[in-house]
Amino acid sequence: MIAYLIRRLLWALPTLIGVNLLLFALFFVVSSPDDMARAHLGAKRVTQEAIEKWKADRGYDKPLFWNSAADGSAKFTDTIFVTKSARMFVLDFGKSDEGRDINRELKTRMGPSLALALPVFLLGLFVAISFALMLAFFRATWIDFSGVVLCVVLMSISGLFYIIGGQYIVARLWSLVPISGFQSGLDSVRFLALPVVVGVIAGLGANVRWYRAIFLEEIGKDYVRTARAKGLSESAVLFRHVLKNGMIPILTGAVVVIPSLFLGSLLSESFFGIPGLGSYTIQAILAQDFAIVRAMVFIGALLYILGLILTDISYTLVDPRVRLQ
Amino acid sequence: MKDFQFVVLWSDVLFAVLIAALVAGVSFAMRREHLRRAWRGVFSRPSAMASLVILLCYLAVAIIDSVHFRPALEQKGDPAAGAKVVYSVEVRSLLDVVLADMRETSEKSYSEPFAAYLYEKQVMEQPDGTQKRDYPRLKYGAAHLQDPENERAADIAGRLVKAFAIGAALWLLALAVLARGVGKRQGMDLKTAAIAILRGRTAIAWDGFAWALLVVLLFGSALFTLSGPYHVFGTDATGNDVLYQTFKAMRTALMIGTLATLVVLPLGIGLGIAAGYYGGWVDDAIQYIYTVISSIPYVLLIAAAALMMQMVIEGRSDLFDTAAARADARLVSLCVIIGAISWTTLCRLLRAETFKLRELDYVQAARCFGVSNLRIMLRHILPNAFHIVLITVVIEFSALVLAEAVLSYVGVGVDPTTFSFGNMINKARGELAREPAIWWSITSAFVFMVSLVLAANLFADAVRDAFDPRALTPLRRRLRLGAAK
Repeated sequence: MIAYLIRRLLWALPTLIGVNLLLFALFFVVSSPDDMARAHLGAKRVTQEAIEKWKADRGYDKPLFWNSAADGSAKFTDTIFVTKSARMFVLDFGKSDEGRDINRELKTRMGPSLALALPVFLLGLFVAISFALMLAFFRATWIDFSGVVLCVVLMSISGLFYIIGGQYIVARLWSLVPISGFQSGLDSVRFLALPVVVGVIAGLGANVRWYRAIFLEEIGKDYVRTARAKGLSESAVLFRHVLKNGMIPILTGAVVVIPSLFLGSLLSESFFGIPGLGSYTIQAILAQDFAIVRAMVFIGALLYILGLILTDISYTLVDPRVRLQ
Repeated sequence: MKDFQFVVLWSDVLFAVLIAALVAGVSFAMRREHLRRAWRGVFSRPSAMASLVILLCYLAVAIIDSVHFRPALEQKGDPAAGAKVVYSVEVRSLLDVVLADMRETSEKSYSEPFAAYLYEKQVMEQPDGTQKRDYPRLKYGAAHLQDPENERAADIAGRLVKAFAIGAALWLLALAVLARGVGKRQGMDLKTAAIAILRGRTAIAWDGFAWALLVVLLFGSALFTLSGPYHVFGTDATGNDVLYQTFKAMRTALMIGTLATLVVLPLGIGLGIAAGYYGGWVDDAIQYIYTVISSIPYVLLIAAAALMMQMVIEGRSDLFDTAAARADARLVSLCVIIGAISWTTLCRLLRAETFKLRELDYVQAARCFGVSNLRIMLRHILPNAFHIVLITVVIEFSALVLAEAVLSYVGVGVDPTTFSFGNMINKARGELAREPAIWWSITSAFVFMVSLVLAANLFADAVRDAFDPRALTPLRRRLRLGAAK
């Protein structure tokens, strides 16, 4: 198991290097720092001096791979590739183009992001599983049919509509919660209630459909027939046998997103004014702050790969038949 | 002298290629019995036929919106004397001509659906010279009424009745044509065939088709007759008709949903089959590439790539002679980016399928006969794995239409000047926060976007069930039970 994990971690490294190289190519080869400076300084007729100054202030004036002006090992290290791209491997993201320290922002914004993403994840999982189990219980009746139709309709509505609609109806018309904003501590409940509910509903359609399919597949298996044959009631079969076995694919499937919860949600956070990493990313994109975008993409990939490794581990934990080697 | 000059945008060309491929694919499938049977499975489901009607309507709008031209400007000089014809910089499409009475009836600012007055008070000059703040009459909306408060309801009702009558008549005509076609094949007279169709007793679920057609025709003719004298979905901040914007947004949604496939197909099919067929280091290399791409969060990678493309497009603004061409370049580049990122799903599925197929006897036999690798992949593996391609493309469509809205909100979607559902929603956010709220823009986007995505989802379900019977899908079980009864 330990050996497997170490091997998995080592395997993750080339992938991360690939992500890093891809980002580097995208940000420094496809478009040059000059383009960035021009996009930032706005006007079409910026002087070359202004561009040079912008680049020098942010350390974009170095050569890409090989700095022949420097001495010794600095020939290699004092380049854009090392200072801007490779440094991300030690989780040092440097400064944003605005000059703020990205690592500090990450630390302070992780809390609000988690405060929203974690309840959405847990509550969403619970509600979706309960609903799916209910539909599986009433399978092939009109309840099941209308439930599935409802799921397809829910799936077909863009997440933006849920957020805008929820904000308009609950916060504006009914004035039950503040429209947007955030406070730490217990007060946060007031601000988070609506985004959490909206987040849960937005993800419901696809998940219920998927989980219901899993439960129905389990119901068709032999052990369920055995359980029924020995005279168990339908609810006992469903809750004690089907639920437990159906949870294996559901939970292991959900594990992969757990690390990414730190990143928060792009849309909800920016609509509800929650100062998390999601709204940070959106602001960075709108302000064309490429240092932040680069950092967030890299972190996103890192957390996703971590999620994949956790998924493998979770298989061994819930299903003793699976051995990692 | 010509009155207009055709303009061919890049997206028009690509869209035409796609439509041509679609037509070729349909005619190919019609001639193969096993494909016909699978498609009959799709069309035996009423929801799929109903979705097809909706999707075809959107497609029709998108197609006539993809024929662009620049109208000639009014000329001062005598054309016969050799004065050069000057064309407007504004690029229009055939749809603009069809919807001329929506496009050209701009008001000053916001107005509610069916309104006769502006939504906000404005200072108006009275005939006697004094000034007064009141709601001004709209220039075009309900302008034909003398006393809008009392006449409007009756006027709308009257027009609706007429519209519904026309819609119903058209529907009956279509039903008769359909019943004649179906009746001829099965040896039924017109009336029996029509009843069989409406009751869902035909092998192909023409009942779904017919009922959806009725809804579309009633709704369409109502919109068509009412949009002349009224603004059916109101007007936006600059007084433009919201319904017109919604119609224009359909093309953008369809482009985003389909153009990416032009990039996805070659990459996904080529690399996926190559990885599965050759195995070894080829497989390792391809697997590495798609692991790297798929490990980056979707929206973030698109955002990063789109930001870069935007800079490139803005830096080369001399390449595009009109604003429409620039906006179009952004649309196409967005589609290319989305395609370059989302081929990984198809590639992974095809790789797994090819692994299975290459061990089968007929592939082994072909290899023994000395058939070249390329030929085996094209003739023996691809046709047997093609259902995966089809299913993936159809499922991906609705996801892409939804993604467009999110990307536009994030600021990396289509150009802000392009009409799109994403841009409409984006604007609506501020409009809803006003007092009193402007609700019609987002309602219009909601209605038309949800019906598109819902139809696409239902159709995708039917395609998946028909082509991949092993996949367990929620709706199927119930429908099969229903068919057994």
